[in-house]
Amino acid sequence: MSTSTRPAVPADGTVPADRAVPPDGTAPDRADPAVAPPPGARLAAALPGRVLRTPSEALAVRWRPRAVVVGSVLALVLVGLGVLAMTKGSSALTPGEVVTALLGDGDRKATKIVLGIRLPRVVTGVLVGAALGVAGAVFQSLSRNVLGSPDVIGFTTGAATGAVVQIVVLEGGPLAIALSAVVSGLACAVVVYLLALRGSRSGGYRLILVGIGVGAILSAVNGLLLTRGGLDQAVEAQVWLAGSLAGRTWTHAAPLALAVALLLPPVVWLGRRLAYLELGDDAATQLGVRVERTRLALMVLGVGLTGVAIAAAGPISFVALAAPQLARRLTRAPAPPVVGSALMGAALLVAADLLSQHLPLGLAMPVGLMTGLLGGIYLAWLLTRTKKA
Amino acid sequence: MTTTTTAPDRPRTRPVGRRRRARSRWLALAAGLVALAVLAVLSVAVGSRHVPLDTVRDALAAFDATLGDHLIVRELRIPRTLLGVLVGAALGVAGAVMQAVTRNPLAEPGLLGVNAGASVAVVVAIAWFGVTTPAGYLWFALAGAAGASVLVFGLGGAFGTGSDPVRLVLAGAALSVVFGAFTHAVTISYPDVFASFRFWTVGSLEGRGWAVLLPTAVVVGAGLVLAQSLSGALDVTSLGADLSRAVGASARRTWVLGMVAVVLLAGGATAAAGPIAFVGLAAPHVARLVVGPAHRWIVAFSGLLGALVLLASDVVGRVVAFPSEVQTGIVSALVGGPLFVALVRRRRIAQL
Amino acid sequence: MPRTTTPDVVRTATAGAPPAARLRAEDLTLAYDERVVAEHLSVTVPDGSFTVVVGPNACGKSTLLRALSRLLRPARGQVVLDGQAISSYAAKEVARRLGLLPQTSSAPDGITVADLVARGRYPHQRFLRQWSRADEVATEAAMESTGVLDLADRLVDELSGGQRQRVWLALVLAQETDLLLLDEPTTFLDVAHQIEVLDLCRRLHRDGGRTLVAVLHDLNHAARYATHLVAMRDGVVVAQGTPREVITAEQVEAVFGLRCVVVDDPVTGTPLVVPLDASR
Repeated sequence: MSTSTRPAVPADGTVPADRAVPPDGTAPDRADPAVAPPPGARLAAALPGRVLRTPSEALAVRWRPRAVVVGSVLALVLVGLGVLAMTKGSSALTPGEVVTALLGDGDRKATKIVLGIRLPRVVTGVLVGAALGVAGAVFQSLSRNVLGSPDVIGFTTGAATGAVVQIVVLEGGPLAIALSAVVSGLACAVVVYLLALRGSRSGGYRLILVGIGVGAILSAVNGLLLTRGGLDQAVEAQVWLAGSLAGRTWTHAAPLALAVALLLPPVVWLGRRLAYLELGDDAATQLGVRVERTRLALMVLGVGLTGVAIAAAGPISFVALAAPQLARRLTRAPAPPVVGSALMGAALLVAADLLSQHLPLGLAMPVGLMTGLLGGIYLAWLLTRTKKA
Repeated sequence: MTTTTTAPDRPRTRPVGRRRRARSRWLALAAGLVALAVLAVLSVAVGSRHVPLDTVRDALAAFDATLGDHLIVRELRIPRTLLGVLVGAALGVAGAVMQAVTRNPLAEPGLLGVNAGASVAVVVAIAWFGVTTPAGYLWFALAGAAGASVLVFGLGGAFGTGSDPVRLVLAGAALSVVFGAFTHAVTISYPDVFASFRFWTVGSLEGRGWAVLLPTAVVVGAGLVLAQSLSGALDVTSLGADLSRAVGASARRTWVLGMVAVVLLAGGATAAAGPIAFVGLAAPHVARLVVGPAHRWIVAFSGLLGALVLLASDVVGRVVAFPSEVQTGIVSALVGGPLFVALVRRRRIAQL
Repeated sequence: MPRTTTPDVVRTATAGAPPAARLRAEDLTLAYDERVVAEHLSVTVPDGSFTVVVGPNACGKSTLLRALSRLLRPARGQVVLDGQAISSYAAKEVARRLGLLPQTSSAPDGITVADLVARGRYPHQRFLRQWSRADEVATEAAMESTGVLDLADRLVDELSGGQRQRVWLALVLAQETDLLLLDEPTTFLDVAHQIEVLDLCRRLHRDGGRTLVAVLHDLNHAARYATHLVAMRDGVVVAQGTPREVITAEQVEAVFGLRCVVVDDPVTGTPLVVPLDASR
């Protein structure tokens, strides 16, 4: 009798007659008990995605084909955009020349240009976009708000102040500016958090208000520095504040790559728990999720990713906001996907950088402003589409 | 059926509390007005050149056009002081109306795109029209603010049959970002434009005379009248669309008119003094703490608070970096910010 | 219903503890910030019972349940699970022994019933083993015993209140715990769905051999379904025992301040509270 693997149906009277199967396996409505669906089959049909299992179940995961397809397409688009970006510049190269240079077979001039100048810019763009996309996904999931962003706790404003101080007052170089930005951004986030703490809990609402207050103070400091400082320094600060990938070399890209390599895997690991946090704090805690710890860790990682992105390229708007939502829509996922947001963010930023370099606007429009422009237009377009009575 | 409560009997405080609250409101109002008067006097007397008080009195009563001090008082200090009161009141009231209409305590008047629109217009004025004076900026900024708000209203569905003020805020946010990007791009493309623009964009009352005050007074005055007439309806709106319809107030009319008031007030204030962001957000919160949830009081008191903060910031700005000035917009955030944070920490901020 | 994970580990852990009390509260002081809700509260949950906690509003019954499920850390005292302080266990370990149906939970938009119930398997999963065969079987069994298997691919948003509550119950059942805590499982349901959920709880208790602890606000429901009743008032246990022992006219008046007459339920024979007419 093959009923050993089938759970016995409880004799509770609520099971409809056509599903009631007596323990001996002779089902009145089914001719052959061996044809009855194996346990879990009815369920599998109702669950999203497919199951991948090794025989010993060392690996047993559900994966969603649509997500994999979208991710692959995004990756391909990203590579294509990157190669395209590397063909343009003061000396035009063909895509073929770019590819051979990347593979190490190109002539000396092309190799020097591609590997030394254009590739680091593209790599920085990819990493910054990915970091911002993931940070946005984290904050939007944690706050359960499509407008969630790390700047709620004044991080970006703090980073901006640190950079402006470094540029206007201390006249530091790129590394000093990047370090100041990250340090002051972190310090600001910590200060805001501590100020909002009352007893051992920081009410979410109080956190936002304190963040706004601190943000206003820092904006004023920025304004003070920009009006008091010499014009040259003020303009340099204003350029940094626009967010840009211009002149990004391996000294920017390499540390950034290291930081992202360190910060991104833990987010993927913890990101699994986001699905459970969604159920509410009580439900998640009773399932064994350490809610406060997970939230704190994710927030720290999100802030960290935002920090390294700002350090490398200055404050870039909209990618953290838009990439997760676009990725979510494309993959039809219930929540912003972590890896998908990374790929989408990278693609958005590289595309924006391409546009900003080659769009004949007559104005210097660094990538950070280009993303703002595109993002605002996108938002406005969304509004015209969803006209509700 | 008597069900015994588990908590000890609560003392009956309602009628007594209400009387006490009403009395403290009037007291707060009176105190505020007194403080405003004192600040106004200080504002006229203090500056890069201190004018003694009896000279001030003479300048008003027995004006002598040959005396430098009298000219300063008449042509600079008095319009500047009046403008400070006007701009501060406009920002405070605009913030109160904005938060009431959107039912969101984090809303501020700049969300409707007025600041961004004004900034674009000013940067264009400097770059392509060679404008350099606050009086010149004023008209461009007014046009920019008006144009931006028309766009925002259109995008946000205020002209059609839209029923959600939040759409307006989203439209404002979208437009602000687009205009902001453009403005920023101009400032880095033309450094000499940035040289002047950076002083306007922090928010300042410096060099604003009668030429700035008079048009601003008209625009802001209209906004204030509209706002005060709406304050009763705002109480009802804060209950939500369904309830307000039940009570008979037209929710749509209230929020559309409310947004118009915000645009007049915030647009006028920004056109006169440049974008000052923080006052409009913070004043209603503090007002709510002092005078309670009735909107007639919140609107009025927010205006008073805004005026106080701005005037005080202006005076402090003239003193602290003597003989030069720190712009009002900077001081108001540097001083108001910590005070606001302290308040948030100490008291239970009401959530509308 | 045979379990797919062996409870042997659990049984040996209780070998040294008093045989009839896997879950108990010892001298708890429970507070929210500065507001103390209960002091010196000690409650023992008899094994295999269907315990119901009743009491007037703000008497501390939900607070007690939250403490028992380690959602609330007691200011003083401890909750003991299987002979050890509950706070000493790893979070997932507690989740494998004790399940809680919280009062408020939110189902994410657009989630199917099957997907939601499957999340109850979290305590048994790891990063690389996110969906094993055991998970499938347990989830399907949980859905079957709550009668929601037919709704497997429906969206949770589209279900009725009673159906949704059964889905959440299935989620907790998928955890495969012997102890089941339910915080006001019937509060937002109409009377037919209330009975439906309570009948289901009784089946889970009788046929599954589980220990159930529920907070109910309806005294008559409590009398009808409970095998062990705990009556609280102002953070103190005023009476506990079988429904017949606890539900008397004097005790009901003492706990709830309600003057009543207690008769026998004509259908089940359990105590039935009939309030007296206030106008008489």
